[in-house]
Amino acid sequence: MGGVARALLRRAVQAALVVILVSALCFTLVRILPGDQALRIAEGRYGYDRVTAAAADAVRAELGLDRPAIEQFAAWVGRLARGDLGASLVTGERVVAEVAYQLGHSLMLALAALAIALVIGPILGLFAGLRPGGVVDQAGMVGAAALRAMPVFALGIGLMLVFGVALGWLPVAGFHEAENIILPALALGLGLAAASARVARDATVAVTSAPFFRFALLRGLTRAQAVWQHVPRNAAVPVLAYLGVQLALLVEGVVVVESLFGWPGIGHALSHAIAARDVPMLQGTALSLGLIFVALNAATDLAMIALDPRRR
Amino acid sequence: MRRAGLLLLALALWPGATLAQQPLRVVAPFHVESMEPSRDGFNFTRMGVAENLVGADDGGLPVPQLAEGWTLSEDRLTWRMTIRAGATFHDGSPVLAEAVAASLLRARSKPGPLANAPLTSITADGPRVVELRTSTPFTPLLAFLAESSAQILAPASWDEAGGIRALIGTGPYRLVGFQPPFRFEVERFEGWNGGPRPAIARAIYESVPRGETRALMAESGRADLAFTLDPAGTDRLRRSPRVEVRVMPIPRTQTIKLNAGLPIFADVRARQAVSLAIDRDGIARGILRSPGAAATQFFPPTLAEWHVAGLAPLRRDPAEARRLLAAAGWTAGPGGILTRDGHPFRFTLRTFSTRPELPVVAAAIQESLREVGIDMQIAVGVSSDIPAGHRDGTLEAGLMARNFSQVPDPIGTLLADFGPQGGDWGAMGWTSPELVERLAALGRTTDPAERAALRQRASAILQAEMPVIPVAWYDLRVAISRRLANVSVDPLELSYRIAAMRWVE
Repeated sequence: MGGVARALLRRAVQAALVVILVSALCFTLVRILPGDQALRIAEGRYGYDRVTAAAADAVRAELGLDRPAIEQFAAWVGRLARGDLGASLVTGERVVAEVAYQLGHSLMLALAALAIALVIGPILGLFAGLRPGGVVDQAGMVGAAALRAMPVFALGIGLMLVFGVALGWLPVAGFHEAENIILPALALGLGLAAASARVARDATVAVTSAPFFRFALLRGLTRAQAVWQHVPRNAAVPVLAYLGVQLALLVEGVVVVESLFGWPGIGHALSHAIAARDVPMLQGTALSLGLIFVALNAATDLAMIALDPRRR
Repeated sequence: MRRAGLLLLALALWPGATLAQQPLRVVAPFHVESMEPSRDGFNFTRMGVAENLVGADDGGLPVPQLAEGWTLSEDRLTWRMTIRAGATFHDGSPVLAEAVAASLLRARSKPGPLANAPLTSITADGPRVVELRTSTPFTPLLAFLAESSAQILAPASWDEAGGIRALIGTGPYRLVGFQPPFRFEVERFEGWNGGPRPAIARAIYESVPRGETRALMAESGRADLAFTLDPAGTDRLRRSPRVEVRVMPIPRTQTIKLNAGLPIFADVRARQAVSLAIDRDGIARGILRSPGAAATQFFPPTLAEWHVAGLAPLRRDPAEARRLLAAAGWTAGPGGILTRDGHPFRFTLRTFSTRPELPVVAAAIQESLREVGIDMQIAVGVSSDIPAGHRDGTLEAGLMARNFSQVPDPIGTLLADFGPQGGDWGAMGWTSPELVERLAALGRTTDPAERAALRQRASAILQAEMPVIPVAWYDLRVAISRRLANVSVDPLELSYRIAAMRWVE
């Protein structure tokens, strides 16, 4: 199992790099962004109707924002080394507590989207690939192209209109009931499913025209038996590899989908933290997204090793 | 399947289980990040969880809330507020004057209007009377007490450090669930004695940032009250059989703040010319989709006391604008841009996209100004760029939306905007001793005729001097489920008025 250890070690190094780079970048970028940080934080706290220079000065004094940048950064790195992410400058809550709550929601959403991508995509791809050029294949091609080309935002609105308004089957937005997750997960997962369907389709075509598949038929297996024995596992390798590459899309889409559907996750918190110049929250959320990305990639590596003996 | 069948059977056999048990769902764009009154307190006031001593009617006039009445001393310096008899906090403890005073003192220590009121003391006099003293006569104090950060909470709401631990108010609903920043849930408080027992037993507030989503939630019946819809989305909603759309003018005005300290704007004729060039009707019809929204003066008609019926309305007259600019020494220069002493008439307008209509309105103004020879650049940033630019002196002009009902009497906002040093969201490089004096006098006098005259004069000064140019008034668009009856929309947005609503039988 040297392959597993190697893969995990590589991802651990990557995770450490993510932590260092993301924190330094967040800290620097917030300072480069236009606008006065204290004013933005005051606006986040009190709403813009109430923001005055006096409120901003109070925030500046409270948070020590007029200290030299290098001093603030050193203090922050010191805390991070102790595993302390600090407190939100806007709400005053511990970042760890806020992020933990939001991370749970984002992970749920991401996993649901991945499940959709893994279930719908490969199955459709398999059927399309068994009859290349057939009706399923051609319809799949058109559908996949359309889904991939559509921005997540537009897809989300479309899903709301169809399933929320016209059919009335599902809630348009919200997060409190279990069924609330379906539409955002579809908005996020359908694009991925479209891509994985095409990869699965090509892999199926490749497997069914491979010599070992023809040999299986010659051995006397029925076509169904041969497909069941050879296609899923062989096709799974390129599908997983492809999904691993596409995970960035997922992390990106979470930001849009969460705001659209009013889902209390990391992506929404991230955009909010940027607007409010809430550095600790920004660092906390960006770190979480970065680490989710690394963790999902590590999971992809492990799955690939499990599926493909050549990698062990 | 079997469980679903049983559930249906149970519902069919239990008639009371249908509408009356359902929570009323409110969606609005505002996050609820904390229970701290000075931050997100308005959400809890609107949902009926917290009460203030004083409320306001549709026209912004003070009405009793947790205080059942008040008196003002002869010297107009001492207010005595009498607490509603039998009022209790949500934890069951009686509302004592001591607790009310402590609540107000705490509000005064936080950023908010109360911090700027000339209060010298807030004390309890016996169990039911709170006495507030001011250093000078200050009639708008009642309006300041109606502002959401001055809500009255029980002593058990605070922790040792003065932070908020729980929201224990006195309103018709009590908080039973809080999931920041998106959701909280309230339940009828049976101990409330401020009015008839509310018919709606439970309600849920959800923050939904996107207007499109809120509109679709209303259309699909998943929200009973959807606030702050955008004009484009409401056209579609009007065709839905499920909802009624109400459009309500609110006391918020879109204004351009000019830096009158700049040579280009120091001359009042230049400021008037900018105002004359703006196509307010076009903006109201084309962008805001509300023909009545074109501002004819600073205050919208909703603010009945402040809107001056006889004031000559703001109008569009590019020819007159050109004439004023010529009289102020501006002559045609290269590219059709006016110049004076070799300097072009050029400035940058800062605005922000939190209110998505603002950048579009800015573009319309840019076009209109170009027609009279003024080159206006647009910088779209964030709202705090405007107070920041005011403070460091770099702001040339800013387009914003000013709320006059945060303190239900606009005097609260005017004192902050047009004081001797101007204001972050008000005048810049301009002051009028007469206006300052009139506003101060308004704070002192209680005589209605005198007050009306002072308000008229204040409006007239603003209209003539144009330190801040009104562009449009705002509408609040609300989608209301047809399953709800007795719905009224508060133009001051102090309350969602759920306690008065009921489900249609």
